[in-house]
Amino acid sequence: MATADIHIAEDIHHGDHHDQQQSFVTKYIFSQDHKTIAKQFLITGIFWALMGGLMSLVFRLQLGFPEATLEWLRPIFGGWITESGKLDPEFYLAMVTMHGTIMIFFVLTAGLSGTFSNFLIPLQIGARDMASGFMNMLSYWFFFLSSVVMFISLFIETGPASGGWVIYPPLSALPQAMSGSGLGMTMWLIAMVFFIVSTMLGGINYITTIINLRTRGMSFTRLPLTIWAFLLTATLALLSFPVLVAAVLLLIFDRSFGTSFYLSDIYIGGEALPNSGGSPILFQHLFWFLGHPEVYIVILPALGITSEIISTNSRKPIFGYMAMIGSLIAITLLSFVVWAHHMFVTGMNPFLGSVFVLLTFIIAVPSAVKVFNYLTTLWRGNIIFTPAMLFSIGLVSFFITGGVTGLFLGNAALDIQLHDTYFVVAHFHIVMGSAAFFGMVAGVYHWFPKMFGRMMDARLGYIHFWMSFVGIYSVFFPMHYIGIAGFPRRYYSFTNFDAFNSYTDLNALITIAAFITMAAQFIFLFNFFYSIFRGRKAPQNPWRSNTLEWTAPINPEHGNWPGEIPTVYRWPYDYSKPGAKEDFIPQNIPFSETSESNLPNETESIKLEGFDKKDAIVVDDTEE
Amino acid sequence: MVRDLQIVEEPGRPVSMEPKKFALWLFIVTIVMLFAAFTSAYIVRQAEGNWLDFSLPSIFYWNTGILLLSSVTMQWAYNSAKRDDLKNVKTAIFLSIVLGIGFLVGQIFGWDMLVDDGVFFVGNPSGSFMYIFTGLHGVHLISGIIFIIIVLIATIKYKVHSKNILLIEMCNTYWHFLDALWVYLFVFLLLNR
Repeated sequence: MATADIHIAEDIHHGDHHDQQQSFVTKYIFSQDHKTIAKQFLITGIFWALMGGLMSLVFRLQLGFPEATLEWLRPIFGGWITESGKLDPEFYLAMVTMHGTIMIFFVLTAGLSGTFSNFLIPLQIGARDMASGFMNMLSYWFFFLSSVVMFISLFIETGPASGGWVIYPPLSALPQAMSGSGLGMTMWLIAMVFFIVSTMLGGINYITTIINLRTRGMSFTRLPLTIWAFLLTATLALLSFPVLVAAVLLLIFDRSFGTSFYLSDIYIGGEALPNSGGSPILFQHLFWFLGHPEVYIVILPALGITSEIISTNSRKPIFGYMAMIGSLIAITLLSFVVWAHHMFVTGMNPFLGSVFVLLTFIIAVPSAVKVFNYLTTLWRGNIIFTPAMLFSIGLVSFFITGGVTGLFLGNAALDIQLHDTYFVVAHFHIVMGSAAFFGMVAGVYHWFPKMFGRMMDARLGYIHFWMSFVGIYSVFFPMHYIGIAGFPRRYYSFTNFDAFNSYTDLNALITIAAFITMAAQFIFLFNFFYSIFRGRKAPQNPWRSNTLEWTAPINPEHGNWPGEIPTVYRWPYDYSKPGAKEDFIPQNIPFSETSESNLPNETESIKLEGFDKKDAIVVDDTEE
Repeated sequence: MVRDLQIVEEPGRPVSMEPKKFALWLFIVTIVMLFAAFTSAYIVRQAEGNWLDFSLPSIFYWNTGILLLSSVTMQWAYNSAKRDDLKNVKTAIFLSIVLGIGFLVGQIFGWDMLVDDGVFFVGNPSGSFMYIFTGLHGVHLISGIIFIIIVLIATIKYKVHSKNILLIEMCNTYWHFLDALWVYLFVFLLLNR
């Protein structure tokens, strides 16, 4: 009887071994295998990145070359190109809005977290799959549904949502306000609700899997930093996205049912609207309670990926492993108490403002700890410049540059000048956008061999890196100057104002740099898709890395390890350990096999290892 | 006996909570955050003034009692399942469903009373929030009733017993949570009128 009961429990932990034949549909489309779902997220994310990137080129053309005729875009945009061959101003706003929405939510949340949390969590903690493969599948298909709704909204007659990605009411709440606030906004809201459902399903799964399905010996202090980052990202998402649901729900009621949560005393064409008693600031509070953690949802996975890649390719243990975890946790906690620094100019009480200034500056501390640890890990390492490593170092560079400008913006007094200018645009594109994007690309280069069993071409990777790195700095560095000069973001035209005429050449430069950066991404796309089919076959452990995923077969089946799941005996950063035969010792090598490099306390723990294998039950008790 | 255990069990799992139960708790966390957002929005909005004052419908007290009673019957069902007392399980689950639906009907009567008092969904946010709280809690309660019905069907198929307790245990947790959520909302509304 007891045996039977435990079998039930085992089934829930592992599922069966999945060696039955699968049809095409269950293997590639409605797959419950975390690796396939990760690839689905990645491909969809790349599609959206391409869309979002091309949109930015369209509005960069308008900003950089306001006199140029865009007649040649008429076959694509049709009526959105005006009679005189210019971009329609409302369409410009729609492009800006969709660029932001797509990049933040669809690329850097779903594309980044969805891909790497799904792919790496089971492989790095030693699990057969996610806690619930079905929920995981649902998570992707809700994302897909959300993508479809958002994509269709690009093609409707009144245009997609145009009120900025932050959808502040009353602009977003009143269909009369602008053409994009009609059907386009409704579809935006529907798409986001599906998106949040997807994120919740994914997040619940990631946390459950990390906490409950780790392999034997994989304690929290032996988890790779990637997994720590994914765990905290999912926690952030789980706590902050419901608040966006609340905000969006109230907005939907305001839009469609006539309530007045956000609307008050509004006159349109001299006619007063019936709404009274609402507060648009309320929306901003609710929105930024999600919105600020969201930027950490975007950057934390990239930081986790970078920790792993920098340590592996410096052939050194990560500097300050516990400090890295501590700073991740600190960032997670602090990210919930700084949201109002987005709202300094809403007429907030200056005392309240100064509290948020202080809390915002405190976030600089754990962020600086991370940067310091990256640099000290690199310091005197045997650095191997793989494309993944270059992109990781690029991320650290962006994180420093963008972090410094964050201190300007976090200051309530300076923010009065800088708020809603291109300085803000430059700041978050570097620290969050480009840095997270580099983390994502670094992850793709690093784990491509595990995903597809083949290597990406390194030389094309180098070209991709240098063009992107130089290109991104050329785009966003000049923007700081434009911003300090006071030019507001989201404006259609620079040349309408005498004060800003002098920046036309700087804007032209930015646009040219943006085109070069985008061109580099096509090199990556070619490299990615070509290598899936024609790349060099990957060896078992191409980067000589310690983590568990490289102990799985080169092309793992559903279930990841054909035999038993490996047991973990050490932390993941035993690189260049003095005395060791090789410069890396994977996590599944027991201390009893590495007597030449063990520290005294590690030699002590050999006794426990034998114990571990022979007497199952006693160990189980001690662990609990 | 011990030998059997050694063969089938994988030892040394660092934490051994049932993943589905864990996932349910995480789901509950998301609902908590949702209502935390609403109730804090309520407080922030109320502080700005222009706030319609009205008294809560008296039927809400009765509804609260009904829902608390349903929690008791749900717990009774769970305890009976642990003792393999399947007849009582069915009775108790059935009673919980009836009480749950009774609560929802009572809430609708409550809305009627609010309308009679001149408090509408469209109008001052004070009233709108009232309908949002009760309505959204109702939606979650419907999901809870669906969950109980699933458990009832499983019980009829003899799939709920002391060796297969997970489903009813999760249902029990979720139902108690929904109950506690209502009590929180009710007390919140009483204190912040």
